[in-house]
Amino acid sequence: MFEQLINGLTQGSVYALLALGFTLIFGTLRMVTFAHGEIYMIGAYVGFEMIRLFAPSFVLAIMAALVITAILGVVVEILAFHFLRDAPHVTSLLVTIGISILLINLTQLIWGPETKSIPYALLDKLDYGEFEVWGVYITYLQIAVLTVTVLLMAFLYLLINRTKLGMVIRATAQDYEAAYAMGVNVNVVFSTAFAIGSMLGGVAGVLIGVYYNLFYPTMGQLYGLKAFSASVVGGLMSLPGSVVAGLLIGVVETFAVELGASSMRHMVSFLFMILILLIRPGGLFGGRELIQARGD
Amino acid sequence: MPTWEAAVLEISHIDTFYGPIQALKDVSLTVNEGEIVSLLGGNACGKSTTMKAILGLVKPRNGHITFNGRRIDHRPPSVVVKAGISPVLEARRLFPYLTVLENLRMGAYTRRDKNGIRQDIERMYDLFPIVKDRRCQVASTLSGGEQQMVAMARALMARPKLLIMDEPSMGLSPLFVEKVFDIIEQVNQKEGVAILLVEQNANMALSIASRGYVLQTGEIVLKDTARNLLNNPLMQKAYLGVA
Ligand SMILES: Nc1ncnc2c1ncn2[C@@H]1O[C@H](COP(=O)(O)OP(=O)(O)OP(=O)(O)O)[C@@H](O)[C@H]1O
Ligand SMILES: [Mg+2]
Repeated sequence: MFEQLINGLTQGSVYALLALGFTLIFGTLRMVTFAHGEIYMIGAYVGFEMIRLFAPSFVLAIMAALVITAILGVVVEILAFHFLRDAPHVTSLLVTIGISILLINLTQLIWGPETKSIPYALLDKLDYGEFEVWGVYITYLQIAVLTVTVLLMAFLYLLINRTKLGMVIRATAQDYEAAYAMGVNVNVVFSTAFAIGSMLGGVAGVLIGVYYNLFYPTMGQLYGLKAFSASVVGGLMSLPGSVVAGLLIGVVETFAVELGASSMRHMVSFLFMILILLIRPGGLFGGRELIQARGD
Repeated sequence: MPTWEAAVLEISHIDTFYGPIQALKDVSLTVNEGEIVSLLGGNACGKSTTMKAILGLVKPRNGHITFNGRRIDHRPPSVVVKAGISPVLEARRLFPYLTVLENLRMGAYTRRDKNGIRQDIERMYDLFPIVKDRRCQVASTLSGGEQQMVAMARALMARPKLLIMDEPSMGLSPLFVEKVFDIIEQVNQKEGVAILLVEQNANMALSIASRGYVLQTGEIVLKDTARNLLNNPLMQKAYLGVA
């Protein structure tokens, strides 16, 4: 029971990370990206290659994924949004779908369509073991995933609420024309938000990739959709909402598996989200704008 | 008329368009150092468009704009604000979910002198007691008049040489309108900031301005000293509500 909760929170913390990235991007640009899942997938493959080629090190894999997905995020922003600033929203949306398909096909070209795994000899070195606390088994990998997600959430919180860059991102999210009139280069802010959001997605990819040790070109599709849904359930523009929604979805899914609905876990999680939205159409933290002021 | 040497802002013969629609036709206007100039006109005559052209939010198709002798048309607001022009935007446009203090900091966005910024925040607290009282409150929770004070403080945080204000009295109670115009005068006299004041409230605006321009469907139809405009029968009939 308690083990399932840990499993659920581990899974959920990664959903939360993905949803945070999505929320940051949507909150700042007021634009939906459907390439978020594929950025997650690229992050996973980058981590996979780093571990396979260089060293069985989480830190190295995450660092590399951060760099690559940040660059990728900026590229997506420029292609899909910067050049289409005056176009209707659906145009940008369509371009992000195009980019996601392009990324899936590129991955198939480079790594092949089949599922890849990190060889066990290397995995062992990542310290895959488990330990017991009060009769509950927790793996070191789960600890690693939870530590990384909590650190990233804390980092994002401080960045958004305690730095000048964070203030400028919030201001731009709230009224980009006014920010522009104050002398802010809003294009740089949009790209920065996209880079940060994509980095969160990329790290999520590394974590889930290593956690399940499965890497395949379409691995981001369901996760992209989950990130979008968790973000909506959280209130669409609420960073805390994204975290809560992500964790909830992870836990619900894990308990669905526990109760024998393992083939229907995704259906259960989406039914759960629909239920929440029926009760609270604005999402869990709806009506409260994320991109809030610091409270002191 | 003042000589051109003293002009801080010089707009000369600009035309601006929104798609096929011409919003400004051959508009010329100058603001001299330390002067308050008001730009008057009814709805949709192009007042805000003139502001946007100065700030760099719209690009004039013809003509040019200089600030302290430097061309600023076709430059982005980041350059214009750094050069010393700061806007009080139409309808205030505070960042609704930032605190009052954060709004002030956004006004100082282009500055890098941390100590100067800190001192200026204190200065704003003195100039606008309401800003000090409400500094930790989210901007959207303030009343319209209070928001206007914050908007002015935010604009001053850029340490401008020229303040451009778009209808600061819009939607305010008579008491707050008085207050706003008092502060505009104070800022102008104490700090020597030149002000271009866009207003529909012609009486009030001309009472503190030295000169004024009148826009009508995108064209300057009148320009004169404030005193002459106040006594101009055409003005009295169209804008000053004198029977
Ligand atoms: N973004 C825009 N796109 C198209 N037309 C515009 C745009 N902004 C303004 N206009 C048009 O340009 C003309 C001048 O508008 P402007 O906002 O400068 O008027 P204004 O004098 O500030 O009016 P108000 O007193 O109502 O604020 C109007 O006819 C308006 O409809
Ligand atoms: Mg206007």
